[in-house]
Amino acid sequence: MKEILKQILKDKFAKIALILLGIIYLALFFADFLATYTKDFSDRTMAYVPPSKIFTIDENGKFSKPYTYNYIREFNQNTLEMNYRLDRSKKYYLKFFAQGQPYKFLGIIPMKRHLVTVEPEGRLFLLGTDINGRDVYSRLLFGGRISMTIGFLALFVLFPIGLLYGGISGYFGGKIDAIMMRFAEAVMSIPSFYLLIILASILPSGMTSIQRFILIVVILALIGWASFARVVRGMVLSIKNQEYVQAAKTIGQSRLGIIVKHILPQTTSFVIVAMTLSVPSYILSESGLSFLGLGIQQPDASWGNMLKEAQEFTNIIYRPWLLTPGFLIFIAVLAFNLIGDTIRDILDPKSKVR
Amino acid sequence: MEIYKYIVKRILQTIPLLIIVSLISFFIIRLSPVDPLAELRLNPSVSQETLQKESQRLGLDKPIIIQYGKWAKSFIKGDLGITSNGEKVSTKLKERIPNTILLTIIVIFLTWITGIPLGILAALKWKTSFDRILTVLTSIGMAIPSFFFAVLLLIFAVKTGWFPIGGLTSANFADMTFVGQVKDIAHHLVLPVTVLFTLSLAGLQRQMRANMLDVLDSDYVKFARAKGLSEFKVIYKHALRNAVNPLITLLGFEFAGLLSGAALTEYVFQYPGLGRLILEAVLKSDINLVMASLMMGAIMLVMGNLIADILLIITDPRIRVKS
Repeated sequence: MKEILKQILKDKFAKIALILLGIIYLALFFADFLATYTKDFSDRTMAYVPPSKIFTIDENGKFSKPYTYNYIREFNQNTLEMNYRLDRSKKYYLKFFAQGQPYKFLGIIPMKRHLVTVEPEGRLFLLGTDINGRDVYSRLLFGGRISMTIGFLALFVLFPIGLLYGGISGYFGGKIDAIMMRFAEAVMSIPSFYLLIILASILPSGMTSIQRFILIVVILALIGWASFARVVRGMVLSIKNQEYVQAAKTIGQSRLGIIVKHILPQTTSFVIVAMTLSVPSYILSESGLSFLGLGIQQPDASWGNMLKEAQEFTNIIYRPWLLTPGFLIFIAVLAFNLIGDTIRDILDPKSKVR
Repeated sequence: MEIYKYIVKRILQTIPLLIIVSLISFFIIRLSPVDPLAELRLNPSVSQETLQKESQRLGLDKPIIIQYGKWAKSFIKGDLGITSNGEKVSTKLKERIPNTILLTIIVIFLTWITGIPLGILAALKWKTSFDRILTVLTSIGMAIPSFFFAVLLLIFAVKTGWFPIGGLTSANFADMTFVGQVKDIAHHLVLPVTVLFTLSLAGLQRQMRANMLDVLDSDYVKFARAKGLSEFKVIYKHALRNAVNPLITLLGFEFAGLLSGAALTEYVFQYPGLGRLILEAVLKSDINLVMASLMMGAIMLVMGNLIADILLIITDPRIRVKS
């Protein structure tokens, strides 16, 4: 494991990718502190406000502490448009490491400090707001927590299922193998995204957001296990005739015991590679699902459901800040892919896919 | 003769597969707490008689196994039931499936005629800056979420006005000449094709490059070189033929991936394809339509794999010998 990490760091691209992911996950861990507002904050009078302008030079042309103005929303009777104008009557200075809205760090420790905040009457929207007047920057951080972990969680559900299924199928062979593999092939024959939206659509409404989150994880896992199980089965077929397996059989080890204790541990390195290679596809699946409104639901944020607002033309043209989650998905997936490619190269020097 | 036997065997194998697929889909949908006729019941234009007929056709009062049997029987007969708007499911599918097939075939065609040459070039110029740049570009292509890319292209279309924003045909499509109609469809296809093309090109180019590198490293290519054959002959006569074979298997997978990727792209571009149909059906919980389009998607996927396998039998004599 240490060897692999060392070799990843040797590769320029993979190193940058690893650092980038490190920064993202660290930011998500400290999301409550880094965010300017809490998860539930919304100011209905401030819908679709553009990003706050931060000034460091005051009206007299002198340097000053960074400050910002609030926006005023005005309806223009002639053009029938909403106009946003800076309210230059009152300055709000940016306060760093100051007390702001209270939150619970990691859900337990009550805290009030934020990286940056303004006076309670001031509004600091670093990346503008959405239709409900919620701060896009803060929601990016909270949404990232869901988007960036859901893939890993799905893999933790999927791998035991795939390993056991593939292990049993490969070890027992014969009719059991034939039936189990036909079933896996059938699951793979349904276009995965179709299966995904159908499973998501049968979820009953009126679940709590945690229940929904768990079920989405399970659904994502249900999509991927079949192809994984097939590869495991192939590996088990080649392992099962080795001498140490025969030896375990002679001692009288049960068949399930042989599979779990002696055969499956041999597939560990494959499992690690498969994991890093498939995380990005789960991030993409979740965001696609939430984009359609079938995944994570409001008021919870995920990068996919934040992009839901980008479905309207007026939003994408006049409010480009609503597109930021898309760029983050892109960066995260790219970073995972680069690392995955490098790991594959390291474990299989013959492969030249990169 | 051997080939035909194998092909027939391969076709017969798909039948049990499709039966299992239909069983899985049927049980997933029936497990849901949704009343399959709820929409129909609420629709005032649907008569009580139609409701009764539909309920009888689905056998909703009987156990689930018998329901499945009924469904399978009418599916084989070609009766797919009616949608919640009272339309026939089969007409709806007939409208949409050709559009999705058109989109996928164009995309596959384009990826193959660009992906393979690019893969070969990258392999021949292995580790040069050309190869590096191409690798970076394909990495980027693989990482953009399809729906996000589609949204970005829509902004582009709206701002420049160069492309129609969504749909497959213009409003005055019926009044156009044949040539005009073809041009109109092509114009509408540009953006969705661009999205799906970017997505699938990366995978194909990488695979081709890897295969080509493997083959260039093999003994028979070294031998051909040692024999003094021209580089052109070595590459196009000896290396290329062997490097393309594994890609044919990939064709089947590509088809599957495109069907899934197309669903989101079709949704963003309001493209009247199977993917968007199933999405609308799911959102309206229109059970008949969901079930039928799920089956159609599976059939298309299985067909794609079948075609790939048959092509492989024709091009690769080794498989014939094995079987």
